[in-house]
Amino acid sequence: MSRDRVERAVFAVLRPVVVGCFLIATLLPFYAMLMLSLRPIEDLLRRPDSLLVDLSRLTLTTYADVLRPVADGGQGFLGLLGNSALVATASVLVALVIAVPGAYAVSRLEFFGRRHVSALFLAVYLFPGIVLAIPLFVLLTKMQLRGSLVGLVLVYLAQTVPVAIYMLKNYFETIPVSVEEAGLVDGLSRVGVIRRISLPLAMPSVVATGIFVFMIAWNEFLFALLFLVERRDSWTVSLGLAQLSGSIEVPTTVLMAGSVVITVPVVVLFFLTERLLSQGLTSGAEKG
Amino acid sequence: MARTLRQHDARTGLLLLTPTLVIVLAVVLVPLAWSVLIAFQRVRLIDVGRTGLFDKLTLDNFVRVFASDALWNSLRTTVLYTAGSTFLAIALGLVAALALRRPFPGRAFVRAAMLIPYVAPVVAVTFVWRVLLNPEFGLVNSWGRRLFGWDDPIAFLSQARGEITLFGLDVPVPTALLTVIAFEGWRYFPFAFLFLLARLSALPGDQEEAATVDGATPTQRFRHIVLPQLMPVIAVLVVLRTIWTFNEFDDVFLLTGGAAGTEVVSVRVYELLTVQRNVGAAAAQSVLLAVVLVVLLGAYLWLLRRREGAGS
Repeated sequence: MSRDRVERAVFAVLRPVVVGCFLIATLLPFYAMLMLSLRPIEDLLRRPDSLLVDLSRLTLTTYADVLRPVADGGQGFLGLLGNSALVATASVLVALVIAVPGAYAVSRLEFFGRRHVSALFLAVYLFPGIVLAIPLFVLLTKMQLRGSLVGLVLVYLAQTVPVAIYMLKNYFETIPVSVEEAGLVDGLSRVGVIRRISLPLAMPSVVATGIFVFMIAWNEFLFALLFLVERRDSWTVSLGLAQLSGSIEVPTTVLMAGSVVITVPVVVLFFLTERLLSQGLTSGAEKG
Repeated sequence: MARTLRQHDARTGLLLLTPTLVIVLAVVLVPLAWSVLIAFQRVRLIDVGRTGLFDKLTLDNFVRVFASDALWNSLRTTVLYTAGSTFLAIALGLVAALALRRPFPGRAFVRAAMLIPYVAPVVAVTFVWRVLLNPEFGLVNSWGRRLFGWDDPIAFLSQARGEITLFGLDVPVPTALLTVIAFEGWRYFPFAFLFLLARLSALPGDQEEAATVDGATPTQRFRHIVLPQLMPVIAVLVVLRTIWTFNEFDDVFLLTGGAAGTEVVSVRVYELLTVQRNVGAAAAQSVLLAVVLVVLLGAYLWLLRRREGAGS
């Protein structure tokens, strides 16, 4: 048999095996998360090596426990979910209001320093969060703003607006200039053109960018830890889970329910917009 | 008329960009400059309220940071961790992208499923990993004992040095560090996968077809045609992943808390800041981290440019 035939045969077998391995490796932890959240803790301790749920012992009390307010003996995740939703939604709305005009300007309008601006944003996006964490921590301590969600939203804006501009800019550039010029000729101002023509055309990209910002804000941990740790009622869900998973008093299965609760919204949002997001992020890669 | 429109556009452009510039200036650039300043001052968290902007400058923080063994240990750990994680994530991403290159039923689902580790909240995934790797009731250890006959449970996240027996030799391995690197590979391969797959699907097919006609085998085609065309994307991925891993805080902090030989620089900065409450030293250390990163990247880009120059 020729080398070519051997290789083809090997790869024909290898390909599905590799795909299967990757699927198991990526999904197994999430499957385990779900299964562990549905079992009473005694069951977990008795049969630690099982990932199958004994249907007769299936329970949803873990979810009730984790969501109930602290005053009622729960872990208060419902309130924390509210905080996270508030912070993430505020970040998305403000980030878009700032980034849409910014991205349009960078993609369409010739102004002094336009090229440098893109490089600056890239640098900001890549810059280590931990280096910024120190002065911001000190500043918020000084202003006694630690524990306030407003400070957190400000930091998230700084972290997401540059990448949002990058994603939106790529899309604005695909809109034919002639469409916009027609608008200008018809007497619209630049802002009018953006509002009436460019923005509606760019809507899919705006939605994808918004969801991307939402996921970053929802998942963020370091700044939430630094700013909010002393005030339990302002915790975001990510911070709440991290803080509680260090203590031995809360059963693992209850915290697993918490993990499922914070993972589901992001994964659902992601699946709804997977195509758009992937395209927005990798649009540079296809050009090589 | 055309001139005035252009002038008008220039003004509008700056105006539209102003909010972004203000926030970047206020939340990134100014704090950054301030951080450098703090690194040269004696600041502790208790007297933060009293320190002025232009307190006496001193090199004490840097002297202190450079003199401690912990710095060099954590720098070494960070470099190992960054190199290992970056390599693993890109290698896994490349294998996954190649496996998914040709269409098959369910490919869209597989592709989306493989991105989940990257988008799921870091706190949730580190927690699941910690539970699964737990020595007492973790799934991995109980399966390992049952299927592979491990004698003792392995404390994946709290053991600094373990020994594995290879060909009768006991080889010491940094267990916790390797586990953290494996986690990074798992969590970030989707990022590399996404970019490589996008590039793969955009490759023109004619060269490969011609090579097939000329009798090139699949590995030869990969080595001589596909891989060279992927190299620019891989180079970008190396830069991005290196930057992000070098400063990674969440993953290590949440998995091990920096214990058992996994104290990377960013975790040390956090500890200086919140446990020792020495703001000046924390700032000095973080500035150092940024400098090392810039130097490493500069060297990498310089090498890349030189190689390209030699090639043309």
